[in-house]
Amino acid sequence: MDHCQTILKLLPYRLPFLFVDRYLRIDENGAEGEYTFREDEYFYQGHFPEYPVTPGVILTEVMAQIGLVGLGIFLTKAYETRKAQKFVFTSSEVEYLKEVLPGEKVKVVSEKIFFRLGKLKCKVEMWNANGERVAKGVLSGMIINEG
Amino acid sequence: MTTEEITEKLRTIIEPYVEEKELLNDIKPETDLLEDLKINSANLVDIIIDVEMAFDIEIDDDAAERMLKVKDAVSIIQERVEA
Repeated sequence: MDHCQTILKLLPYRLPFLFVDRYLRIDENGAEGEYTFREDEYFYQGHFPEYPVTPGVILTEVMAQIGLVGLGIFLTKAYETRKAQKFVFTSSEVEYLKEVLPGEKVKVVSEKIFFRLGKLKCKVEMWNANGERVAKGVLSGMIINEG
Repeated sequence: MTTEEITEKLRTIIEPYVEEKELLNDIKPETDLLEDLKINSANLVDIIIDVEMAFDIEIDDDAAERMLKVKDAVSIIQERVEA
């Protein structure tokens, strides 16, 4: 099994809050992965009943799960040791450029700005299937090793 | 660089990370970055990186973990600026 698949399995998220279908690439410099929003995602019921569109906070979450947490698992080598870790999302600054509708597939690309003292900061972009950029921003998180 | 010059430069580096700006008026060697200036621990890492760039020095992780009070930060910076 390659490290991308191992890392996917080590993600701490579960349905209905797992927003990674697969990783395309994870290395020292960044991560790339995909997610397809199902038509029946729970948040479309309320956002909005007449006009379902993916909330910005969910786009941010997808960017964090693919770009930040997957990369964090790689950089700490936790995918080799399988040691339990906790991830804390510490900051996000994101611009939303285009709407993302139910059924759309998005690709997230992250680029490491730094990883120091347990803090990972990345530049993260999200693209749709037409190759249009739908969101971009800077996300940070802390990784806490357990025991 | 003198201790005063380093402290002054440090103050401008940490300023964006301090929410209550009045806390910056009374910086002393004993001032604790997290406790007294109420800096978020995640931002401490950003401060260390900003300090490295501003002073053109490298701070290893062991030293970074000792940067808790203003006097610790100043002495760590001073040792490296002089080196």
